[in-house]
Amino acid sequence: MAFWVGFKMDLRSDLGRVRGLGSAKGGTSHWWAQRVTALALVPLSVWFVFSIINLVGVDRGGLKIWVNGPVSFVLMVLFLIALFYHMQLGLQVVIEDYVHNEKNKVISLILNKLIAVFLVVSGITALMKIAFGG
Amino acid sequence: MVEFTLPRNSKVVKGKTHKAPDGTKNIKKFKVYRYDPDQEKNPQLDTYEVDLDTCGPMVLDALIKIKNEIDPTLTFRRSCREGVCGSCAMNVDGTNTLACIKDIDQIKGDASIYPLPHMPVIKDLVPDLSIPYAQYKSIKPWIQTDTPAPGSERPQSPEERAKLDGLWECVLCFCCQTSCPSYWWNGDRYLGPAILLQAYRWLVDSRDENTGGRLDALEDPFKLYRCHTIMNCTNSCPKSLNPALAIAETKKLMVERM
Repeated sequence: MAFWVGFKMDLRSDLGRVRGLGSAKGGTSHWWAQRVTALALVPLSVWFVFSIINLVGVDRGGLKIWVNGPVSFVLMVLFLIALFYHMQLGLQVVIEDYVHNEKNKVISLILNKLIAVFLVVSGITALMKIAFGG
Repeated sequence: MVEFTLPRNSKVVKGKTHKAPDGTKNIKKFKVYRYDPDQEKNPQLDTYEVDLDTCGPMVLDALIKIKNEIDPTLTFRRSCREGVCGSCAMNVDGTNTLACIKDIDQIKGDASIYPLPHMPVIKDLVPDLSIPYAQYKSIKPWIQTDTPAPGSERPQSPEERAKLDGLWECVLCFCCQTSCPSYWWNGDRYLGPAILLQAYRWLVDSRDENTGGRLDALEDPFKLYRCHTIMNCTNSCPKSLNPALAIAETKKLMVERM
């Protein structure tokens, strides 16, 4: 039996400890969503970068016309959703990998989700304000 | 948090140097990790000067020569000396491998030899592998069927049998397992590349009848999905197997049944 493990007394058998709480029977949809958003972000990011380069030097009026375009508005909304959804999925994995203190982990995971939602909503609100605002 | 530095009592300090006798021409220096649990001392790196003219070609030959002729206290596991038992897995020249099939010639400069990384060390080059062994047990690495056993063997077509190639050759040396950063950080919950390759070996065995149950047991953010395709496993495998591919195929099976 392994005598170490976190320098804490643990008298469970190795098999008992390894089995732990068992399988969560999940994780596939998270993994799949990460791949799908990554795929969506390839064309969306390229489009976004080129659009921003094209907008260099354009004033607010010009920007309003661009945002108002149906194609650019829809693609911008899709880009924001895919981007922050992907970010949230990725950061969740990073937190699970590296943050081992249970309390810190739960707090980070909740904050990660809330901040991602906040960023998506703020982004779309900003777009709508530019497009439909005065 | 993850530990990026060793605890103070695990830091490796400079050790003894065992000089080769005067007049030795073909000297290679082996810098070997030494740890003795009976002494309250930090691990140390001892240097052994080995005469290659009287030594076999493999790293294991040099270790055996050191133990026989220079320092009998040097402790390591070995058995078959031909890469089929998996006992002499260790970190040679910065990569996990089997000492018995690693050419000394392939090592430029001094040869550094450490135990498998991120495992508790029992003594010198002998790591405690109880957790990986228990993880192996946890995936139930035996055939599971409900159909009553036939009187003869269970038939398998050549194509079905071919799916096991690249999997059955694994000798469970845990070179891949202990080379994986994800396993270092989360080895208590992540099954690791060696165990996942073994799990896949049973997933693709046409004779097994519990594929779904096996997938259920693996489908977990930690047990399976801590694999981030870092590929250290495949790079380090001394048998040239591809655990990363086995894991990717397992993930594909998971998506297939979604």
